Amino acid sequence: MKITFPHMGTLDIILSDLFTRLDVDFVLPPKTTTKAINLGVKYAPEFACFPLKVTIGNLIEGLEAGADAVVMVGGIGPCRFGFYAEIQNKILHDMGYDFEMITLEPPMADIKDFARKCKKIASKKTLWQILQAVRIVWKKAVAIDEVEREVLKRRAFEKNSRDTTVAHKKGLAVLKEAITPYEIKEAREKALSLINEVEKDLRRCPLKIGIVGEFYALLEPYVNFDIEEYLGQKGIYLERAVYLTDWMGPSKKNSVMGIDSDELAKAAKPYLSHFVGGEGQTTVGHIVKFAEEGFDGVIQLLPFTCMPEIIAKSVLPKICKELDIPVLTLIIDEQTGRAGVITRLEAFIDLLWNRRKKKLSAVGC
Amino acid sequence: MIGYLGVDVGSVSTNLVVIDEETNVVSYIYRRTMGDPIHAVQNGLRELKELLPAEIVINGAGTTGSARYLSGVVVGADIVKNEITAHAVAASHVAPDVQTVLEIGGQDSKIIILREGVAVDFAMNTVCAAGTGSFLDHQAERIGIPIEEFGNYALKSQNPAQIAGRCTVFAESDMIHKQQMGYHVEDIIYGLCQSLVRNYLNNVAKGKELMSPIIFQGGVAANLGIKKAFEETLGMEIMIPKHYSVMGAIGAALLAKEKAGNKIESSFKGFSTSDIDFKTSSFHCKGCSNNCEIVKIEVDGEVLARWGGRCGKWEIEQT
Repeated sequence: MKITFPHMGTLDIILSDLFTRLDVDFVLPPKTTTKAINLGVKYAPEFACFPLKVTIGNLIEGLEAGADAVVMVGGIGPCRFGFYAEIQNKILHDMGYDFEMITLEPPMADIKDFARKCKKIASKKTLWQILQAVRIVWKKAVAIDEVEREVLKRRAFEKNSRDTTVAHKKGLAVLKEAITPYEIKEAREKALSLINEVEKDLRRCPLKIGIVGEFYALLEPYVNFDIEEYLGQKGIYLERAVYLTDWMGPSKKNSVMGIDSDELAKAAKPYLSHFVGGEGQTTVGHIVKFAEEGFDGVIQLLPFTCMPEIIAKSVLPKICKELDIPVLTLIIDEQTGRAGVITRLEAFIDLLWNRRKKKLSAVGC
Repeated sequence: MIGYLGVDVGSVSTNLVVIDEETNVVSYIYRRTMGDPIHAVQNGLRELKELLPAEIVINGAGTTGSARYLSGVVVGADIVKNEITAHAVAASHVAPDVQTVLEIGGQDSKIIILREGVAVDFAMNTVCAAGTGSFLDHQAERIGIPIEEFGNYALKSQNPAQIAGRCTVFAESDMIHKQQMGYHVEDIIYGLCQSLVRNYLNNVAKGKELMSPIIFQGGVAANLGIKKAFEETLGMEIMIPKHYSVMGAIGAALLAKEKAGNKIESSFKGFSTSDIDFKTSSFHCKGCSNNCEIVKIEVDGEVLARWGGRCGKWEIEQT
């Protein structure tokens, strides 16, 4: 059995490592590019959400490269994501691919099923060995996210454009090679110091923007037009609401972002008092939190037709007004042009600077 | 005499404006882009020069619009700004107390909310261009009425027809249907205006608090039918600034003036730039699987600008 899986941000690094440790035969599809998107758009239903289209593109490329099994995660919420694996299974089989779909449903839904499927993927290892491997790789995944968090904060200060991006790539390469928990710890330090060593101008007083929204749109730079790198190079300090390990982690505590889900639900309560699927409620919670922390603005990213984020968007006018924080919503799919996104981002940055200038002049600065 | 040049190259029109030290509009050009932004700017500069006093010295130049980077290279801009900011700057300049700017151009429409002279929110049409200038143009042509007359016809309407405005294709079928049923052409035209305004308010302006004073600008502001439909729907008075069609260019000129400050050094290449042969070419980068299309702008073999890549390795921008 040769396994493939779709891309999402740095997921490929983490799963490659895990599968190697577990002696699983796997094939990594090429990174998401226009080619994968075009393939997905061709075979997915027009009104499906964008992540489904892109991941179908990834899987086609993975199957073409020789895979005969696909690993996907399922879901039990009202968001359509929980149904992706079923749809992918059907579409890819209709296209004539012969493969087996292994869908990992959330363990709390059916722990036995989860264990059985893990055993199926890593058939040469015992459950205990699988658990040990997951624990170590998890440490690496958290380290990768923590490094990314620093990149987002520090890029705003870099003296030479792209230096932080280069340092980040080097850091990831170091982390990739780390095997033992000790090496992972060392690699994390090394990656952080690489980013720290980038020449900075600390006199800058950058705008602070929080990025919220649907996790796939946030985590996959190719589909969000590298928005974080673009904003960072424009000298903007960024914090992102969701990291890969926060999203995958079983606990309510979001270790990387630093706010747990109960706290977010509480923050969202005056505007959205219950779970609506996906990140709908946490998006609202994060916007409130960013406003309370004095951020200049928030950018919400969502794929076209994303139901939970549309619900979050519908309460935005009230939040913006009551908490006095501008929010820019960007809706992404294969029809979205980069030029349109850049125009809106430029205008949003101007708007935030003008607001800040006005606030400063109001207090006599 | 000292002047500041503003250039706004959009999908449909290319506008050039020169303002003086007192920010009065000295002269302006509104012409079609015709899918060729470089020549539109060059020809526009040539025409503009004819209109300007001979002794004019351009102390700063700004570009805006969807071709702002390209036109920035062509004219030698001191500042390149997105059209949302440019429109906001121009609107709050002509009406300092403005709180809402409605802007409908050739292929995009936007709304800008200002409070006390500062833009606090904006939106731009995302998934649909229904109700923008291109569509009105097309319909005017189909009905056989000059676009300039479109608004006057709308004002004559007594019983506006209901036209489906969510999608331009369906709006067109609906208009044809109403024509075939025997409705008056003015009722159909005003019905169209009403449905476009509904569409704009339900999409672009969704969730925004529209407060008076309201300014309506962009090429479509020439259409009095749309203005009337806005006023009827909102129950508020709509102002149309004198130079409504070139407000983006005025904004760019104002920004150029602000940038120039007391400095006299402008990178403006002069009106003779209209004789330079700008060559554009493109190629696909093979560096990775992204296959980015890189665009190059050259003059006499010298590369002035290069862009289009995702990783930044080809990027050269002079402005």
